[in-house]
Amino acid sequence: MPKYLSQLWIVALVLAVAAPWLISSYELSLLGRFLAMAILAIGLVLLWGEAGILSLGQGVFFGLGGYAIAMHMKLVSLPEGELPDFMMWSGLDALPWWWVPFANPVFALVAVVALPAIVGALFSWLVFRRRIVGTYFSLITQALALCFATLLVSKQDVTGGFNGLTDFKTLFGQDLASPGAPIALYFVTLGFVVLAFLGARWLIGSRYGILLRATRDGENRVRFLGYNTTPYKVVAFAIAAALAGLGGALFTLHAGVISPALVGVVPSIEMIVWVAVGGRYSLWGAVAGALIVNFAKDEISSALPEAWLYVLGAVFILVVTLLPRGIAGLVRDLAGRRALVATKPQEVQK
Amino acid sequence: MMDLPLLVGQVFNGFSVASLFILATLGLALSFGLMRVINMAHGEMLMLGGYLAYLTFLLVPGPLAILIALPVAFLGAAALGAVLEVTVIHRLASRPLDTLLATWGVSLILQQAARSIFGAIGVSVTAPGWLNHTISIATGPLAGLTLPATRIFIMVVAVAVLLALGLFITKSRIGLLVRAVNQDRMMAAASGIDVRRVDLVVFSLGTGIAGLAGVVLALLGPVTPSVGQSYIVPAFLVVVLGGLGSMVGTTVAALILGMVSALSQIFLDVSTSQVLVLLFVIVFLQFRPQGVIAVRSRALED
Amino acid sequence: MKMAFHTLFGALAASTMLTCAAQAEDTKVGVLQSLSGTMAISEVTVKNAELMAIDEINAAGGVMGNKIVPVVEDGASDPAIFAQKATKLITDDKVATVFGGWTSASRKAMLPVFERTKNLLWYPVQFEGNECSPNIMYSGAQPNQQIVPSYDWAKAKGYKKMFLVGSDYVFPRTANLILKKHIAKDGLTMAGEEYVPLGGTDFSAVIAKIQAAKPEIIMSTLNGDSNVSFFKQLAAAGLTSEKLPVMSFSIGEQEAKAMGTELVKDSFAGWNYFQSLPGEANAKFVKDYQAKFGADAAITDPMVHGYLDVYAWKAAVEKAGSFDPDKVRAAAVGLKFPSPMGDVEFAANQSLVQPALVGKLKADGQFEIVWQSEGAIQPDPYDPVAFPGKSCKLH
Repeated sequence: MPKYLSQLWIVALVLAVAAPWLISSYELSLLGRFLAMAILAIGLVLLWGEAGILSLGQGVFFGLGGYAIAMHMKLVSLPEGELPDFMMWSGLDALPWWWVPFANPVFALVAVVALPAIVGALFSWLVFRRRIVGTYFSLITQALALCFATLLVSKQDVTGGFNGLTDFKTLFGQDLASPGAPIALYFVTLGFVVLAFLGARWLIGSRYGILLRATRDGENRVRFLGYNTTPYKVVAFAIAAALAGLGGALFTLHAGVISPALVGVVPSIEMIVWVAVGGRYSLWGAVAGALIVNFAKDEISSALPEAWLYVLGAVFILVVTLLPRGIAGLVRDLAGRRALVATKPQEVQK
Repeated sequence: MMDLPLLVGQVFNGFSVASLFILATLGLALSFGLMRVINMAHGEMLMLGGYLAYLTFLLVPGPLAILIALPVAFLGAAALGAVLEVTVIHRLASRPLDTLLATWGVSLILQQAARSIFGAIGVSVTAPGWLNHTISIATGPLAGLTLPATRIFIMVVAVAVLLALGLFITKSRIGLLVRAVNQDRMMAAASGIDVRRVDLVVFSLGTGIAGLAGVVLALLGPVTPSVGQSYIVPAFLVVVLGGLGSMVGTTVAALILGMVSALSQIFLDVSTSQVLVLLFVIVFLQFRPQGVIAVRSRALED
Repeated sequence: MKMAFHTLFGALAASTMLTCAAQAEDTKVGVLQSLSGTMAISEVTVKNAELMAIDEINAAGGVMGNKIVPVVEDGASDPAIFAQKATKLITDDKVATVFGGWTSASRKAMLPVFERTKNLLWYPVQFEGNECSPNIMYSGAQPNQQIVPSYDWAKAKGYKKMFLVGSDYVFPRTANLILKKHIAKDGLTMAGEEYVPLGGTDFSAVIAKIQAAKPEIIMSTLNGDSNVSFFKQLAAAGLTSEKLPVMSFSIGEQEAKAMGTELVKDSFAGWNYFQSLPGEANAKFVKDYQAKFGADAAITDPMVHGYLDVYAWKAAVEKAGSFDPDKVRAAAVGLKFPSPMGDVEFAANQSLVQPALVGKLKADGQFEIVWQSEGAIQPDPYDPVAFPGKSCKLH
């Protein structure tokens, strides 16, 4: 790769750190929100790019992380002895037992990543252990997203229903309305993006990453070599779920709301769009994809709400058919170093 | 709560829901079995069928409009399916997951197009008088049970489609080619079968059936740009449960899920019943990962 | 041609105004509705009504001599986007106030934004109550101005056995909780309660349960397209409006027109406004709107509330002599202003004082008003039967 390209990340990082002084507070809040989504996208590179597992249910894990932190903030913003308002008007008179531990900040923080990881591991183990793969797996994850959103809406007395959870006041004793809060939150998010990025890069380069790619390109061959592929795939799914949960929690802090509208079938597919556009085999591509698609959505849907779905649909078709390695692949090709792509996809999967 | 008319009524409803599933799913299962692709825009074929039914009812009012709407919707959806096959699906033949994503893009565009043409508000089709009857039982242990004619009509359509498709696959020359390609694509191609054409025929046949599903759906509810979306996820579950592209498997799976859904709704609300259906599928796959009917082992085909 | 003349005339009038008030500044206000996504059908009409009010006010000289410039944003039927765009309107565009929102989810998501920035949101849709924010003006009905009066009307009509059907989300569940408490208190019979996911189309099981329970009336909080499926399948099962009347809380003129009146004819609806409302103010509003958006455009309750919100804001700004949201909301309380519904005012809890109506749908898609509450009803966000001891005091 040419020198100038490989050094580009320094520029990106400097710009990201300087962003609070370069752009308006509204744009900063958008950037923070989209960076939170980029953490989920990093997980998808691992799961979809490296392991070849297409999950159409990432919204579920995004939601689990978001709800975990939201439940905590809801509980700490309550006056002593009171219930969250939606429980009151749903006729509940006591806090459900599984809400209680979320009052503890440490528990809530751990739950943000542990809850999606455990649910993801359990779900994917049930499906992978019976060797259900490929399209079948994707379709089941989509049904999972539908069921999760439906359950959240229908169990209104304990989840807040369609309205979701909102109106948070403090986090770990810090006032969320204070003027410094958005900037602090932005840097926390940026820090997690960098951590997730480095962590994922290390995993991809490790022996585990090699096995994941081998499983993607020929699962049966790997199996015949004596490996049980199920645990590798379950771990990949759990890690992607944990990253989705982390992204969901940070998103909830930025947006001030988490609701079923953010976790269902359509949002889950949109998450795939980010990574497809950015490049499913490239970490920085996925981050760029999450930012580009979301900023484009913000701009286009304001100016021409009708056009947004046409644009999104067309971009999707074009990227998938003509540009399967996304923007990242395009940039690499333009830089003329085709041969050195670390994780070149196998074109023929059959 | 558990009175007999309600139970029998729900068994009847189960069959009617299953009939809808069959019509909505057959096309998916057929093309999946043959080409290993899932068409996410399949729901929009239902939508197209519904809108074509609406237009037919506008142009040809009268009691028999529904019988004209069926072939119109079939041909219209089959034609759109053929275009989709040639332009998108065929290009991605060996990349099933990418096909899934590209067709989702198609589905977005079709939905928005419907919104631009027909408006975001749904349109409605009035069932002809002869379908507006109910068979109600007034005496005996089943007193109070009513069976709407529209739902019986849906079952008739589903059975007719199944029979016709069965005959087509087993008796016709194209059916023979379809079976050949289904069994071994490479060998079929090697022995001179135009595999491309078989793909195209099967895919458009499948989307045509979805068009029929759209017509019968229009009898039950509004035709909206997103009408396909509410049926597509259950339809995918039927495909997963049914096994690889088998007509029998799809039919049995549709019946099972229709019954699970209808019978569970005696005790549960619709939302919880939806979750139960997914759980049922996951548990079922623990015991039979190859689905209801396995044509070939699924495990060695990734 | 007529349309073109109207627009031309409007533009001329507006430009004359501009030159007359050359010294005056522009005042920005936000208009935040879903222009895309599932809610766009309903919310676009409210946006139209809000913009029409702004145009009219500008044509008549603006507010305190200032021209009102609307900044329109798309909430995209997504609560997080509503919160995001509300932040943008307030911090970037520096709007004086915001008109908008439809679903409770969108309002709940925007509430912290408005409280933090001390701005003011004018919310135009009936809702489930149980909320009391100093930074929101609630012009849509509280439960005690729509659901409870309609229930009281049904009770007075002699319906004793009620079945509650709703879409599965917050408004139906809360409305039904309130209804259940009233049914229990009044000694009537609850025949059953069923929910269908939003956008759900299969009512076979629900109808089977209705047939088994044999209610005398159905109270329906079904939303949007689900209504079409419900009424179709009800009719297919032989349950016509004569045999089993339905009282709906989410079917207005627009929904009835879209569903085909054949299907919903003779069913009942509870609202605070119907297009058929008599009176000169309403006739003028209907005429103006239809001149702008087509002679067959249906006028609904939330549109009128969106429209009157703008006038309420204007009246309050002029009384306060300031655009400051805190002063405006204080001035709005108890201030009478004209609207298509007649002269109305906001109560001390920042909700609109308004009468309740029950209409019966006629074959032409209009409602015949069959009952009207005795005078305007004071709004109460917390139904005293369902949520005793709760109250909302803001001023």
